[in-house]
Amino acid sequence: MKKTINILFAGDSGDGMQVTGMQFTNTAAIFGHDVQSLPDFPAEIRAPAGTLPGVSGMQITFSENTIHAPADTLDVLIAMNPAALIVNLPNLKPNGIIILNEDSFKAKDLQKARLDSHPLEDGKLQGYQTFPIPLTQLTLNAIGEHGLTHSQAGRSKNMFALGLVYWLFDKTYDETVNWLENKYQQQAALVQANQAALKAGYNFALTSELFAEQYPLAKAKLPPGTYRQINGNEAFALAFAAVAHQSQQKVLVSGYPITPASTVLHDAAQLAAHNVDVFQAEDEIAAMGATIGAAYGGSLAMTVTSGPGLDLKGEGIGLAVMTELPMVIIDVQRAGPSTGMPTKPEQTDLLQAIFGRHGECPLPVLAPKSAGDCFNMLLEASQIAINYMTPVIILSDSYLATGAEPWRLPDVATLPILKPNFAKNIPDFKPYQRDENLARPWAVPGTAGLEHRIGGLEKEKETGDVCYDPQNHADMVALRAKKIEHVARDYAPLSILGEGEADVLVIGWGSTHGAILTAAQQLQAAGSAVHYLHLRHLFPLHNDLGDVLTGYKKVVVAELNQGQLTWLLRAKYLKDVQCISKVSGKPFLVSELVEKIKAQCHDNINA
Amino acid sequence: MTTLTRKDFSSDQEVRWCPGCGDYAILATMQRTLPALGIPKENIVFVSGIGCAARFPYYMNTYGFHTIHGRAPTIATGLKITRPELSVWIATGDGDALSIGANHLLHVLRRNVDVKILLFNNEIYGLTKGQYSPTSEKGKITKTSPAGSRDNPINPLAFALTAGATFVARCIDTDAKNLQAVITAAAQHKGAAIIEILQNCNIFNDGAFAEFADKAVRNERVRYLQDTDHDTTNFDAAYLLSQHAYPEHAVPMGILYQAETPTYDATFSSQSEKSGDLKDLLRKGYVWEIK
Repeated sequence: MKKTINILFAGDSGDGMQVTGMQFTNTAAIFGHDVQSLPDFPAEIRAPAGTLPGVSGMQITFSENTIHAPADTLDVLIAMNPAALIVNLPNLKPNGIIILNEDSFKAKDLQKARLDSHPLEDGKLQGYQTFPIPLTQLTLNAIGEHGLTHSQAGRSKNMFALGLVYWLFDKTYDETVNWLENKYQQQAALVQANQAALKAGYNFALTSELFAEQYPLAKAKLPPGTYRQINGNEAFALAFAAVAHQSQQKVLVSGYPITPASTVLHDAAQLAAHNVDVFQAEDEIAAMGATIGAAYGGSLAMTVTSGPGLDLKGEGIGLAVMTELPMVIIDVQRAGPSTGMPTKPEQTDLLQAIFGRHGECPLPVLAPKSAGDCFNMLLEASQIAINYMTPVIILSDSYLATGAEPWRLPDVATLPILKPNFAKNIPDFKPYQRDENLARPWAVPGTAGLEHRIGGLEKEKETGDVCYDPQNHADMVALRAKKIEHVARDYAPLSILGEGEADVLVIGWGSTHGAILTAAQQLQAAGSAVHYLHLRHLFPLHNDLGDVLTGYKKVVVAELNQGQLTWLLRAKYLKDVQCISKVSGKPFLVSELVEKIKAQCHDNINA
Repeated sequence: MTTLTRKDFSSDQEVRWCPGCGDYAILATMQRTLPALGIPKENIVFVSGIGCAARFPYYMNTYGFHTIHGRAPTIATGLKITRPELSVWIATGDGDALSIGANHLLHVLRRNVDVKILLFNNEIYGLTKGQYSPTSEKGKITKTSPAGSRDNPINPLAFALTAGATFVARCIDTDAKNLQAVITAAAQHKGAAIIEILQNCNIFNDGAFAEFADKAVRNERVRYLQDTDHDTTNFDAAYLLSQHAYPEHAVPMGILYQAETPTYDATFSSQSEKSGDLKDLLRKGYVWEIK
């Protein structure tokens, strides 16, 4: 078999597929594979059991190579019911493996999945290696003696399935055994039952000679270090603690629950011991207001939201720009407009983040490229915020929020030191006097001698007094813009991926990095002269970007919107940039990127 | 410590309310009251939203933040959570606090954030030049309600009491003695304090409270609660008083209600006194080594 495997656990949203998937992910990672995991779940808490909209899945790609994105097509599909099978079958490769729970393929189950015939009998599964297994009954047989109710016992079938798959890929179940001990420590019966189901699944695969062979993979060559699994939202929460640690200041995280940003708040709420406080506000507007108030008070303040919440925060962000207070606003983008598709990714808030406020209201906009990069980016955003006294927006998305990857733990000693420069003892103090970054002083209430007033009204240069003078306003607009332009001076050099000369440059930003990088690498490996540039800084853009663009005959941006970065590049650099656009609530597939890049650039690449 | 005076609390900004506005009297009383409270000037912060009343912070020589419409409670909450030692005051009007900001006002009160709210109530929109406000009487004829407003008015005191405010009071702008006493009590109160200050807008709603608030009639038509046997810890009595209106009743002035309950910001500050190890946090859960 090949060196990268893509496997999907799919069932009802109550079948424990996310847990099963996470366990498999952790075990695969501990075995030294590179891993990408991607949950796919419905927006409803519990859609009706067994129905097509109720299907919940967790996809895991694991490899003996370094990977940057989940694979496009499935090698193995574990289907707990007919709906899970039918929804995901189109993604399964020819000759792929299907493991299905025979016990939930009765007439009523087929009806719920709107099937007229039994898929095992009607030829739908021809061309696949199908293994119908009575998972529920085997699970009940295995754990009968542990004193659970019938339905409790039946729910352990996810562990039976996991055991099967562990054997298939030559993994051990030890990590999951330990995890169960910790997870259900107060409920011995549950621990024993689930462990018994897990082991029974493994032993069943071993002894029944169900599968002709195992598919062991070699370890991936990852850089040495200590690793853990992380998704983007977890990385943000850890980064709050890191910001508090590196600045020796309290961090206040304000928010209002919204999918897919809420888990950042959940995780942050566990960090009181790390100087991170969470304020759950009455709405998005209040969360923004509290962030501004905390920043005014000298706290490193953050707020976390998703698209519709960013709409509501707009007026507050304008105030923060006008009063030049440092803070970070995380937008975990989701498909829109309006409520859109809350659990599906898009990159459609870029122009809103840059321009979505009234007046000339510039602020830095950054986007992390991976789950682990969310950690780095929050530290970088915090540094920009305090160095330039400005709010900063970070654009994550629901794909980064929930997709997990192995993350090499940073050495705490090498994290950037954040030094909030609180003003004190300034003779002849003026609240809007400027330093070399054009930043104004962070003079916080409680500092004797620096009493002053700030607000949203236009202010006179330096004194900050309310001022309607036309020239002063023009100067202040220019000054605020120039300050933000200066942020680009601190950026790391652009890193262009690709050997030799090329006429084609593919540009991407945000969570699509892994897919675009993989596509570019495949094209390069096939002999196409294509270069790839990932942008972490969307506003202001990198100072060298214009020169870079000039060096290519053809520039293509791939983004999950109708061409928002493409617009920006065309407008700013007057370059005929083209777009590979996708707005379906799904991430890019590597194969579709390869095809679209080839199609758009066929005159310029020697493929 | 040197004793501060009214002058120490006056900023260098020219006060730009309309001549004859009730806000002048409130500003003067505040500047006269603060020196006696013994709070260091640098620890006092005035936060405001939008409206005539919201210009108040510019005229105080303390820290001040003129923010956005209706949101002052949210900004004050964020500030107070992170800096519980500060004395945080919100200057707001009936439009700012009870229309666009009513939700935030409700939440700052029910959380019992230790902020002091001065609600300048002139029953009209002044800064936008004379539309009816959420406290305007039903049938009020204004630029946006030529046939009389259709809205029932909000009763600010009843709103505050039912929201869970732990200090609820009412004063008249020009009644400096009573206002000073109530501001002093509010400053000393631990928790969310709200003072409705009946304030005359002599341009758009002149004389709104004249029939009971004018000096000539005030003593007969107003009931100063400190001079009665009103028990300020009795919520039911306070609520009943909040319904009293002229001419059926004398209009209650002073502190209607006061309760001692833990403040929101105090619970925040106590959460952050531990110190966890960042390295341990990063390593939490499954970790594995690659050599």
